[in-house]
Amino acid sequence: MSAKEKLLSVSNLNVAYGNINAVHGVSFDVAAGEIVALIGANGAGKSSILRSISGIIPYSGSISYKGKDLKQTAADFIVALGIAQVPEGRGIFGNLTVMENLKLATWHRQDKENIARDFDRVFTLFPRLAERKHQLGGMLSGGEQQMLAVGRALMSDADTLLLDEPSMGLSPVLVREIFRIIAEINKAGKTILLVEQNANMSLHIAQRGYVLETGRIVLSGTGQELMGNPRVKEAYLGG
Amino acid sequence: MADFYKNILERWQNISTHRFFWPVFFAAGLAFSIVASAFDILDLYLQLILIYVGINIILTVSLNLVNGYMGEFSIGHAGFMAIGAYTASLLTVNVFPAGALNYLFPLAIIAGGVAASVIGLIVAIPSFKTRGDYLAIVTLAFGMIVKSGLENIEVIGGPRGFLGMSKLTTLPWVFFWTVLSVWIIRNLVYSKFGRGVLSIREDEIASDLMSVNTRQVKIIAFVVSSFFAGVAGGLFAHALQFINPRMFDIIKSTDILIMVYLGGIASIAGSIIGAVIYTILLEILRPLGIWRMVLMPLMLVLLMIYRPRGIMGMREARFFVPLRDLLAAKLWKQKNKEAPDASA
Repeated sequence: MSAKEKLLSVSNLNVAYGNINAVHGVSFDVAAGEIVALIGANGAGKSSILRSISGIIPYSGSISYKGKDLKQTAADFIVALGIAQVPEGRGIFGNLTVMENLKLATWHRQDKENIARDFDRVFTLFPRLAERKHQLGGMLSGGEQQMLAVGRALMSDADTLLLDEPSMGLSPVLVREIFRIIAEINKAGKTILLVEQNANMSLHIAQRGYVLETGRIVLSGTGQELMGNPRVKEAYLGG
Repeated sequence: MADFYKNILERWQNISTHRFFWPVFFAAGLAFSIVASAFDILDLYLQLILIYVGINIILTVSLNLVNGYMGEFSIGHAGFMAIGAYTASLLTVNVFPAGALNYLFPLAIIAGGVAASVIGLIVAIPSFKTRGDYLAIVTLAFGMIVKSGLENIEVIGGPRGFLGMSKLTTLPWVFFWTVLSVWIIRNLVYSKFGRGVLSIREDEIASDLMSVNTRQVKIIAFVVSSFFAGVAGGLFAHALQFINPRMFDIIKSTDILIMVYLGGIASIAGSIIGAVIYTILLEILRPLGIWRMVLMPLMLVLLMIYRPRGIMGMREARFFVPLRDLLAAKLWKQKNKEAPDASA
C-alpha cells in the first residue's frame, strides 16, 4: 500500500447528525486503481463517509483527493475533480429520459468527442440502457436503474467511483451481474470505493477492505484476509 | 364524422412537427394583430382582453420556469411585475422625450425587466443559500415589502398610484413580447441549462452529484423568471395607463399561481392554455360580480380533484418539443416495434 500513491485519503473523519455521532475519527486511504470495500451493518456510518467525500454533508476532519483538500470544495466541483458517486437509492431523475439522465452527468465537461466516446462505452457496457434510451428513468426496473446510475457516474469521466450499496434491492442474479461489471470497470482503470452490506460479494472483488461498526473502523486488511477472519465470518458472512 | 376529426388531428400533427410553421404562425399573428388594431376590426374591449391574455401568458410561462420546471415555490411574482411596471412607467413619463415615446417604448419595457431581474438576483442570492421551502416564505415577504414600499414613496404617488402613461401597449407589441418570452423560455428549458433545472426538481442532491452547480442554476432561472415578470409589468402599466400598489398584492400573485397550476406544471403549452382560459373565463363571468370569486376557486378545487396535475401537467405539445427529440423518439419506437425485446 505505502509503495503506491495515495489517491484519496480520509483522516480523522467525524460526522454528526444533530447530537448523534455517525462517524468517529475514521481514517483510511485509497490508492489509484484499487477496489476498496467498506462493509458494515445498517447505521455503521458507511454512507455518511461517502457523502462527506462527495461534499453533500458537513463533517470535521480532513479528506483530500490527489493532494487537494476537499473541505472547502463545493459538491459539483468535487465531481469535476474526478470523484463521482452512485448514491444510495440510485438518485435517478424519474421524469427525465435515460438519455437525459446520462447527459446531465456531463454538465462540467467541454470535451465533446470524448463525451460521444463515453456514450458508446456506457451503451456497450449496458446494452439494456441503449434499448431504453428514450424511456423515462422512473419507468426502468430496479436493475436497470442501478445500471443507469453506474452509467451516469461513468459519463462524468471521474477517475474514482463511490458506489453506495449497488446491490440493494436486486435479485441474486442481478447482484452478481452488477459486481461483475464493477470489476470490469475497475480493470478499465477506475478506482472504486465500494460501500456494501453484501460483504461476501464485495470482499470477493475488493483488493482491500475495512469493517465498520458504529462509526469506527474495527478491522482492515486485504479482501482475502477479511474473508478468512473469524469475526467477519461470524458477523457478515453467516458463519 | 370520426374520419373528419382524425383527419384534422393528423393535419395538426403534421403542422406541429414542421418547424417551418413557426415563422408562419408568427408572421400571421403579427399581421393580424397589426391589422386588427389599425382598422378597428376588433373593438377596444376585445383588444384589451387579448392584451391581458398576452401579459398573463408571459407571467405564467415565466413563473412556470421556477414553480413547474425547477420545482421551487415562488409566490412573489406580482412583486417583480410591480417593479417592472413602475420602472417602465417612470421612464416613459418622466425621462424619455414625449416625441420619441413610440420608439423608446421597447427600451422602457426592457428596463422594467432588467430592474425586476436585478431585484430578483438580490432576492435569489440569500434564498438559495439553503435548501427547502425558504423561497416560498422569502418571496411572500418580498411581495408584501414591494407593495408597502411603493405605498410609502410619495414621489411616485404612494397609495394613490401613478398615472400619466400614454397607451403604448398595443396588440402587436403584446403579441411580439409574448412570442419572444415563450420562445426564450422554451429554448432555455430544452437546453443543457434546462436539463439542470429539471434535475433540481427531480432530486437536488443527485443533481449536485452529477456536477450540476445547483445554486447557480437556481439563481439564473429565478433571475430570468423575474425579468419576464418585469416585462409583463411594463406592458400592463402601459395598457391600463394607471397603476397603484394594490394591483400587485398577494391576490395578483395568487392569480398567476392559479394559471400555472390550471394549465399544468412544467409545460409551455399548459401555461398558455391556463393563461388563456383563466383570463377569458374571468371576463365571461364578469356579470356574476363578486360571485365569480366563488366560482373560480371552486373550479380550481374541482380541477385538483379530477386532474391534479393541471390540464397539461408534465406534458408538452409537440409544437414546442425540439425536432431532434421528436425524431429520436419516433425512430426508437419504430425500432422497438420491429424487434420487440424480451422485457425484464
